[in-house]
Amino acid sequence: MINLNVNGRAYPVDADPDTPLLYVLRDHLQLNAAKFGCGLGQCGACTVMVDGQAVFSCITPISVLANRQVKTVEALGTAESPGPVQRAFIEEQAAQCGYCIPGMMMRAQALLEKNALPTAAQIRAHMSTNLCRCGTHMRILRAVARAAGYMKTGSGGNGR
Amino acid sequence: MSARRAAAAVIVVVLLSLVSSCAWHPSIAPIEPPARASFDAKLIAKGAELAAIGDCNSCHTAPGGRTYAGGRALETPFGTIYGTNITPDPYTGIGNWPPAAFVRAMREGVDREGHHLYPAFPYNHFTRMSDDDLAALYAYLMTREPVRVETPANKLAFPFNIRALIAGWKLLYLERAAFASNTQQSNEWNRGAYLVEGLAHCGACHTPRNRLGAEKKDERFAGGEIEGWHAPALNASAPAPVPWTAERIYTYLRTGSEEAHGATAGPMAPVVHNLSGVSESEVRAIATYIASLTAQASAERQKRGQELVARAQSGGPLAIPQAASDPGAQIYRGACGVCHDTPRDQTTSGAALNLTLSSAVAAPSPRNLVNFILDGIVPDEGTRGRWMPGFAGALTDGQIVALVNYLRQYAAGAQPWKDVGEVVKQARRGMPESYAQR
Repeated sequence: MINLNVNGRAYPVDADPDTPLLYVLRDHLQLNAAKFGCGLGQCGACTVMVDGQAVFSCITPISVLANRQVKTVEALGTAESPGPVQRAFIEEQAAQCGYCIPGMMMRAQALLEKNALPTAAQIRAHMSTNLCRCGTHMRILRAVARAAGYMKTGSGGNGR
Repeated sequence: MSARRAAAAVIVVVLLSLVSSCAWHPSIAPIEPPARASFDAKLIAKGAELAAIGDCNSCHTAPGGRTYAGGRALETPFGTIYGTNITPDPYTGIGNWPPAAFVRAMREGVDREGHHLYPAFPYNHFTRMSDDDLAALYAYLMTREPVRVETPANKLAFPFNIRALIAGWKLLYLERAAFASNTQQSNEWNRGAYLVEGLAHCGACHTPRNRLGAEKKDERFAGGEIEGWHAPALNASAPAPVPWTAERIYTYLRTGSEEAHGATAGPMAPVVHNLSGVSESEVRAIATYIASLTAQASAERQKRGQELVARAQSGGPLAIPQAASDPGAQIYRGACGVCHDTPRDQTTSGAALNLTLSSAVAAPSPRNLVNFILDGIVPDEGTRGRWMPGFAGALTDGQIVALVNYLRQYAAGAQPWKDVGEVVKQARRGMPESYAQR
């Protein structure tokens, strides 16, 4: 039994310590935002935050997560009250099929929590590990810049 | 070297500089930037290839900047030195440099106006270049697009910020000598020696440096440190578990990846990117010479190398039963094994080097392995290359130390490294900004 802290809640998890965090989130905790893309840390669809940093949950075993804080899109806001990053992604219509978007949002959130005023180059460099097969990268980059503005002004939803 | 001896060495350099004040260099009169048509197209093409072999763009191009327009910060133990603008802009580049000024800079480390250049610019190697090659390189650089951009001022600690002291450094360490071929060796070997010791300046990173930043003559190619990376030894102490051969070195230099040694990363990645476009014969010559630096591996080492390759190809997982309870083994299984335990061809996506073959795990310093774990392998934007995700966010310092110690013991079968935790802290501090944010 391993205790995971996800979105501020403690979850006792009965799974092999080698199990990737992604599987536990989806199969044990029914937190289905993070997606399985490649399973190799190459596409970013599974991106969540651990202790404030963006990580690939498909190659992060739960054995390394004792006493650490996991954060997923479910903590950013709700459909009724989207957080700043979610609102910015909606307003820029950054999703086409949407499969990569939870990972994109978590990677963006990790950037903006550290650096509220990223330059365009910093956004590009930071987001470069996450891929979108539909090719909406330009809208995604605009959404991240827009979210930075919302976080700075405190507007744009509850931003938990 | 103690602080006192270092201070004494600095004093020696100061004195030598005073003595050598007669080694004053005159300014060479500027010229109008030469017209493109004044250079033969074949000469320009030859210069382009030489510039690639010399890896000039690595130091003379800022991240995201225009090629050869300078501004890249080179971190040295003495402070930060910026690569200069070597485009033919007459105001901020070398556009008004006549050929004689270019040749003097390359061979003697003196700019057109007569100032000494810091030996971060490896003129101690370029001094061996032939007249013809220097003429071709000049033709190539003078026909690039001129870019007007000032190079930032260097940030060097006293006394290293005093350029005149470089005169003393040169007296001690600069050997102005043309390349001398070895008649006992093949033409290919001699061509490789000329390139490796001269233009390609491999020793600038792969030879350790002394307290004054000069390559140690008695430790040629014994492995050095460059910008937070360990440049592995190229001589008999090369750490590769499978002995290098000329053919394997050629493949590595040409493609950035070799099945029994893995992929290029760090400052070596742009070197290989440049060599990927150079004539095959030039890269083969370099490989032949480098291979000759490594003494012929013993029959025992060669046999061990063959066994390692065979075992890696059969695809057995690295995590061995005896190590199952090792905390590092658990991390390896969960985070690394999905790619590194696969027997698939390394050129396919998601198939990575079996770490029993890794030079980083077998090297005398853990820095490269730590860099790989933290930052992964990320080719520069717009360039092809092997890719690995970083684990800076996923793993704590303690977990990385456990993983490193596990790999050192079970993949390399070597004595544990000392102070791995300190190396992890250093690597985290020295990360490029874009990675640190991830």
